[in-house]
Order: sequence, then structure tokens, then C-alpha cells
Amino acid sequence: MKKPISLLLSFICLLSCCTLAGCGKKKTSEVYFLNFKPESASVYEELAKKYEEEKGIKVKVVTAAANTYEQTLKSEIAKSSAPTIFQINGPIGYNSWKNYCLDLKDSKLYDMLADKTLAIKEGDGVYGIPYVVEGYGIIYNNAIMKKYFALQDKKTELKSADEIDSFDKLKAVVEDMTANLSKLGIEGVFASTSLATGEDWRWQTHLLNVPLYYEFLETGDADIDPTLTGLDAKELKYKYYENFEKLFDLYINNSITKPTLLGSKSVADSMAEFALGKVAMVQNGNWSWSQISGVSGNTVKADDIKMLPIYTGIEGEKGQGICIGTENYLAINKNASDEQQKNSLAFLEWLFSSDTGKDYVTKKLDFITPFNTFSEDELPNDPLAKEISRYMKDDSYKNIPWVFTSFPSEAFKKEVGSSLLDYVQGNKKWEDVRKSITDKWKSERM
Amino acid sequence: MNRTVRRYFPIFVMPTLIAFLIAFAVPFVLGVLLSFTEFRTVSDATFVGFSNYIRAFKDDRLFLDALWFTVKFSVISVIGINVIAFILAMLFTRDIPGTNFFRTVFFMPNLIGGIVLGYIWQVIINGVLYKFGYSITSNPTYGFWGLVILMHWQMIGYMMIIYIAGIQNIPTDILEAARVDGANAFTTLFRITIPSVMPSITICLFLTITNSFKLFDQNLALTAGAPANRTQMLALDIYNTFYSRTGYEGVGQAKAVIFFIIVAVIALLQLNLTRRKEVES
Amino acid sequence: MGRKILNSIFFVLLLAFAAAFIFPVAVVLINSFKTKFSITESPFTLPLGSYFVGLANYTEGIRSTGFPSAFGWSLFITVFSIAAITVFTSMTAWYIVRVKTKFTSVLYYSLVFSMIVPFQMVMFTMSKIANVMHLDNPLGIILIYLGFGAGLSVFMYSGFIKTVPLGIEEAATIDGCTPLQTYWQVVFPILKPTAITVAILNTMWIWNDYLLPYLVIGSDYKTIPIAVQYLKGGYGSVDMGAMMAMLVLSIIPVVVFYLSSQKYIIKGVAAGAVKG
Repeated sequence: MKKPISLLLSFICLLSCCTLAGCGKKKTSEVYFLNFKPESASVYEELAKKYEEEKGIKVKVVTAAANTYEQTLKSEIAKSSAPTIFQINGPIGYNSWKNYCLDLKDSKLYDMLADKTLAIKEGDGVYGIPYVVEGYGIIYNNAIMKKYFALQDKKTELKSADEIDSFDKLKAVVEDMTANLSKLGIEGVFASTSLATGEDWRWQTHLLNVPLYYEFLETGDADIDPTLTGLDAKELKYKYYENFEKLFDLYINNSITKPTLLGSKSVADSMAEFALGKVAMVQNGNWSWSQISGVSGNTVKADDIKMLPIYTGIEGEKGQGICIGTENYLAINKNASDEQQKNSLAFLEWLFSSDTGKDYVTKKLDFITPFNTFSEDELPNDPLAKEISRYMKDDSYKNIPWVFTSFPSEAFKKEVGSSLLDYVQGNKKWEDVRKSITDKWKSERM
Repeated sequence: MNRTVRRYFPIFVMPTLIAFLIAFAVPFVLGVLLSFTEFRTVSDATFVGFSNYIRAFKDDRLFLDALWFTVKFSVISVIGINVIAFILAMLFTRDIPGTNFFRTVFFMPNLIGGIVLGYIWQVIINGVLYKFGYSITSNPTYGFWGLVILMHWQMIGYMMIIYIAGIQNIPTDILEAARVDGANAFTTLFRITIPSVMPSITICLFLTITNSFKLFDQNLALTAGAPANRTQMLALDIYNTFYSRTGYEGVGQAKAVIFFIIVAVIALLQLNLTRRKEVES
Repeated sequence: MGRKILNSIFFVLLLAFAAAFIFPVAVVLINSFKTKFSITESPFTLPLGSYFVGLANYTEGIRSTGFPSAFGWSLFITVFSIAAITVFTSMTAWYIVRVKTKFTSVLYYSLVFSMIVPFQMVMFTMSKIANVMHLDNPLGIILIYLGFGAGLSVFMYSGFIKTVPLGIEEAATIDGCTPLQTYWQVVFPILKPTAITVAILNTMWIWNDYLLPYLVIGSDYKTIPIAVQYLKGGYGSVDMGAMMAMLVLSIIPVVVFYLSSQKYIIKGVAAGAVKG
């Protein structure tokens, strides 16, 4: 008889203690970093531990699942223990989250930024600081390319992959390679054009960047950043949609995977195909290095990994470089306590300027950072990062900026992705894909 | 006695009441209010009248598509599950060997959670379709039937148990009397068995209808709406409207209110209809 | 004679049907021992030769999802929520049935009403309130589950209590018992079968619940369904092998629970329906 009551009372006590004293409530000094990059999750967790050992301040790292960052940020930021460091993906992201972004113009972190124009600003304030410069293009396995160029009966005149400098040459090589798959020992020239939900960003964002860059370049004034032109564009002409189609068709027609199956393929699948030597090329960026090196049974050698620009056959593409930019801007939560803000900045400054921090950044996160605290030789050592540096330094290339930070919304990108999926499955004509893209741009811009 | 009991209100009712207010009552009222406002985080809500309700239908077709998908799915699932479960229950009231074993097997999927079920079936369906060069996201039809099969797999056992209990409750003398009168199997089924298990039918219909309409976990895990949101059910559409789109919070909340009204109306209508049948018989 | 033949035909049909029910789980089990790349392409082959990877998927899955802690949280939340629901809602139901006032009838109907309301209706406001009140931890979520489970549970208890004759309770009161004593010594023992039903129906729901814990405590404490879902996109790639292993691991506790208390579960489900 006594038992249930005492049980009950202790229960009520437990619950009310919890409500009143807020057990499990975070200390207000704690740094909470909401990480955007799932591939770096474990490194950040290691870093947080290291930092706590060194400085005695707890850093909580939460990583949003792929393609759910906005979703996670939205539910987390509404909480009492909201993230103190979060990420915005450019001017559009800043617009959604401006009520939460602290002005960073007096911070040391902003001071460390080598090129101040890269930061996200409004009026006098600085609200987002980029922390990594990335590039993407068509990654290829030079061992397989060499094998192709050594073929006796090849139909092209080229002698090495470096000589590919236009869409037409790329197409000729790729199609001739497809004709010789067995001789090259591969199952397809391109890795799967992954179009599963949340896995389609290489096309709906990265590939679309190329034709839209040329469009914004034309519609805007010569001295205006094409990204700004994109931000102002109420409507899309989508002039170069046929160029998008040309390359996209090349991808899916010379792929390891049948078009109808692309809807179930993930980025990881594509990278594994490349790492295992089943394909010669894959469109992706330097962040994917860990996905290549991490595959067990990996056959591709680091020295053989190179990158080509994304050629789409647009006039004037000669000398075009790869796509280089950032969509990763750090922001500090304005609504966090003063101490949290101070600690958060201190953590980031430590990460990007202390020896331990920099070591992690260059060796484990493999980031090329825009900060002046990194010297010339403090660059990541992986083959893709080296390719990015090569393109950045070589003046004969005109690299393409990431104008996709001006795309109106996540919903727009999703629409592009699902239209492309419809296209590969034969449910939509390319003309209809064009229409959904321009319509969605218009409706989302409003 | 009544008066002494009342003094114990704090102990008997308070814990449940407080929990209920926090977890349901207050959020529900707030939710209805928020559906008439535009907001990011509650504190910044501004009144906008019915515009969220209009936008739910006007901004895109997602909500209507999801509604139609949900209705189709629910109709097929409710009929299929109940018919199959009823047939199985009828079989198990005959003396077939291994009844216990079968009951165990058929009921088990019900205990597995929606997320896990979704991924289990994703592997199976993709495995089959792969042989023909397709995947579950190749065509919304695959996702639709995938969900239907999954739902059957999960719910049949549960409904079967309820029907068995109902059938076993039929007094044997009625069945005996029918046999003596020379009623054939069909007459017995429609004149005696079905009317007598009407209470079970009521509850099974209620459970299958509400569960089909509210389906979320299974939908999220199996297709997550792919391709192009065309296998998205209402609950998932509301979740996505709410959390994946900035500026659509109010619209999401308005969709949720509409969703609630639809579920409530259908559930009450069904309860009324089948209850009336119970009384008649 | 005809009935016997018919029964054997039914038996064979049922056997085939049962096989179809076991098949999906068997496939997942088989694939949990295969290399991750063979799973999408050939899920129906056996884990032999180069396909076989032993327990690698399990170790990888356990490492990356933190399965033991997810299991611990799931267990903690389920056990204590069920305890709270079983005890508190039965008391509330008794009070509602025995004390007839306007307030109790309003409370009763609001509770019943909450059963049909879809979770999406309150998902945002509820998680917001839970956060403001610092209920976003494994203890606080128990209170939330008490509130959410109250509808069905009070409904079922009161259905049963209505059939309990007042006489016994009155006798206890005359003997000098306080209502609390009367309740625990006389009423609750009678309610035991219903309590088991309530506990089982709520376990089936809470153990498998995904969205509520995800929104309320998901970023700090992962329960099993959250860990499984996170495996899909949380690490930048889907490791199908680890996924299969995690599916198997999440099914095992359910199967153990089911086989060990099958009698109660089946009875509970049937009884739950009759009350409704």
C-alpha cells in the first residue's frame, strides 16, 4: 500500500524538480555548433573534445543530416538552448536568418579574413564569414584516361586529358570511351547521376550554376558581380538550357547506371563507383576526397585524381576554369548570451589560427580557408585540394563563381532536381524541364 | 463519499491534467491561433486572417496532391486490410493446425516501428524492381503500392486479432440455430456473423482509417515523397511545409488545421454510421 | 471429411502467407551480413563468398549510430512513460467516473477528443512549449508522453471502471479508508487487466515513436527510430550494410518483448478493441 504512493511521490518530485530546476538545462557558457557538413561530423566531434581538454570550455557539435540543415536549424534555433554557431548559405540564407545573425565586424575572425569582400554584409554590419573555399568540376581518374589515350583504334586525335578544353572534345572522348568500355576495364564513363531525394544537389545546384553564370554575366553590367545580378533577377531567361541538356545527356547516356535507376542512387554510390575504378569520371568537388579515400577496396591512386572544368558548349568557354566559391558562411547567434557569443568566437578563432586547430583544418577537414592565418604551405594535401589550388593560381583559367547562392530558395532547387529526375525517367521533355525551372524561379522570387 | 474524493483532486487529476495541458491542450489552441498568423518562431506572429488557408491551396498543388494520394491510399488500405484480416480471422476460428503459430507471425509486424518498416520494405521493393531496371522512385505508382503493401503487412495482424475476439464472442447457440434452420455458409456470414461482429468492425475501421490518414513514419522512410513529392501524404507534406520552407510556417499550421478537420470529420462520420448499424442488429 | 480437406488446403495457403510475412525480415537479416554494395543490387542472394562480411556491418553500425545509448534512451523513456501513464491516468479515470461535475465531463471529452487529433496539428507548438519549460530531456519527455497517452488510457480505464460496482468502494470508505487508500487497496487491483492493456498499447506506440522525440529531444538524445533515420543522411552517405544491421538490432528487442509476453499483448489488443 505504501509502495505505490511513495513511488508516485518520488515520481512527482522527479518531474517537478526537473521542470523547476531545469535539470539537463545547458550551462549558458556552452558553445553549440550546428554543423552543416555531414562528411566532417566525426572530425568536429574530435575537435570539440580537444578544445575542451585545452581550454576547458564545452563545445557541443550537432550535425544535421544531409539536406536537412535548414530544417534542423529551424527547429533548433527556436529552442532555449539554440545553436550559438550556425551556418548560412549565402545572401539568401542571410535573408532567412538575419534576425539571428550577430554583427561580426569587430571580431578577430573577420580580421583574419584575407579578402574582406567575401563576407556577407548589410549596411555597416558583417553577418556571415566564409570559412572554406571549395571548387568543383569533373573529377577524372587519369590512369583510365591514359589507358584510353594509349588505345590503338581510338577515334579522337587527343593525346591526354589535359587537351580537353571544350564540350565537343569532351563529348568525343567520352563517347569513344563508351565504345571501348571493356578494353578500358570500366563499366561506364561517368559515375551515377545520383537523383535520389536529397542526393541531387550536384545537378540542381552545381551543374545549373554553369549556364546561369553565363546568363547573369550577359544580363548584368560588366562590372557587376554576376551573383548580384542573379539576386536581382525576377525572372530567368534560361537562355543556355540546351547547353545544360547537352552535358546532362552526356552524363546519363555514358553512365554506369541505367537512367531509370538513377532515382535511387546517392552521392556516396557515385563516389564509391569512382573509388573502385568502375568509372572514369564523376562531377563533384574537393570535399568529396574523404568519400573517395574512405571506400574500402579503393583502387584509384591519389596521383591519378585530376579535375576538368565543366564544359557545356557555351560560346566563349575556352579558358573556362572550374567552379570556385563558398556557400559556407559562419554566423553567430545574436540571441545567445554574451558569454556564449564570446566563447563561440573564441572557439572559431582557435580553430582557424591556433596550431592545433589549423592542423585539423588542413589535414583532417581538408579545408582551403580564406583566412590570412594560413600560410602558403598550410594547405590540405589531398589531390583534389591541390587541383583547386592549381586552378586558382593559374591565370590562364577563368574560374566560375558560385552564382547558385543567388538561387531563390531550397524549394527552387528541389523543383529542379525533381524535374531532372522526371526527365531521366522519361516523364518530362527537356522543354518542360525548362518551363518548370523558369516558372519556379519566378514564383519563389516573389 | 463524493465530497471526500473531491478533496483528493490534486493527487488524482493534477498530474494527468498538467501533462495534458502542456502536451496537448495548450499546443492545440496555440496551433489553431497560429494558423491565422505569419510567424517564424511564435513570438513574432502577426495576424493575417485566412490568407494561410488560401495559400495552402493556391501557392502550389502539393497539398491537394497529397490529399488525393492520402485518400486513394486510405480507401484501398482500409478495404484491403479489413477484408483480409476478416478472412484470416474466420479461418482461425475453424480448427486449423498451427493457429497459434500463424497468429504470432501475422501479428508481429505490428510491433515494428514505422521507420524500421519503411526501410525494410525499401530494400525488398528496390531489390525486386532492380531486376527490371527500376527503383521505387522511378514512378510514383511504385511508391504508392509499396506503401499499400507495407500498410497491409503491418496492420492485418492487429485487425485479425480484434476480429477473432469478435467472432469468438458470437454465442454458439445462434450459429447452431442457423445450422438447424438450414442456412448456408453465405447466409450465416451475412445474416449472423457480420452483424454480430459489428462492434469489432467499428473499431477496426476506426483504427485503419485514422492510421492510414495519419501515416508519417512509413512514408518518410520508404520514399520520403520521391519522386517529386508525388508520393507524399498529408502528414509528410505538412511537416515539409513547416520545417523545410522559410516563410511557410503559417501555411503549414493552416494545413495542419485542415488535416485535423478532415480526420475528425471522417472518423466521427464513420463511428456514427457503423454504430448505427450496431444498434440495428 | 470435406471439412478436413478444406482445412488442409487452408493450412497450406496460410503457410504460404506466413512465409510472405517472414520474408522481408529474413531478407534484412541476410543482408546484414553482406557487403554494402551488394545490398541494393542483389538483396536476394545469400551472404556467401565475396559477399560475406561477417559482423563488420554490425560493428560499423553500432559505432556510427551509438546504438547502445539509443537503446538505453528508448528503454528509459518507454519504461518510465508507461509507468507514469498506467498509474496517473487510471487515477484520473477513476476520479472522472466517480466525481460527476461539469469539469470532469469537459475533461473527459477533451481527452477523448485528443485521440483523433493528428500529431502534426501540435508538433510545432508542443515542441516549443516543451523547450521553454525545459522538458526537452529524457525526463521531461515522460511528462509529454503522459499528456499524449492520457486520451486513450483514460478512455479505456473509465470504460472499465463504469462496470465496477460502487458497493466495494463504499464498504472500504465506511471502514475508514481515505480515497487514496480505497483506490490503491480496492480499485486498482480490480483494474489490473485493463492496466496491462493500457501499458501494452502505449508501449507499442512509445517505443516506436519517431517524430515526437525527434522534435523534442532529437538533437541531444537519440532513440532507436531516430538513430535509424539519422543513419540515412547523417554521415553524408548511406551505408546500406550498417543500415541492415541496425534494422536487425532494432527488431530484436521487439521480438523478444513480443515472444515473452505474447499472451498479454494479444489479449490486450483484443480487450482494447472491445472497450473502444
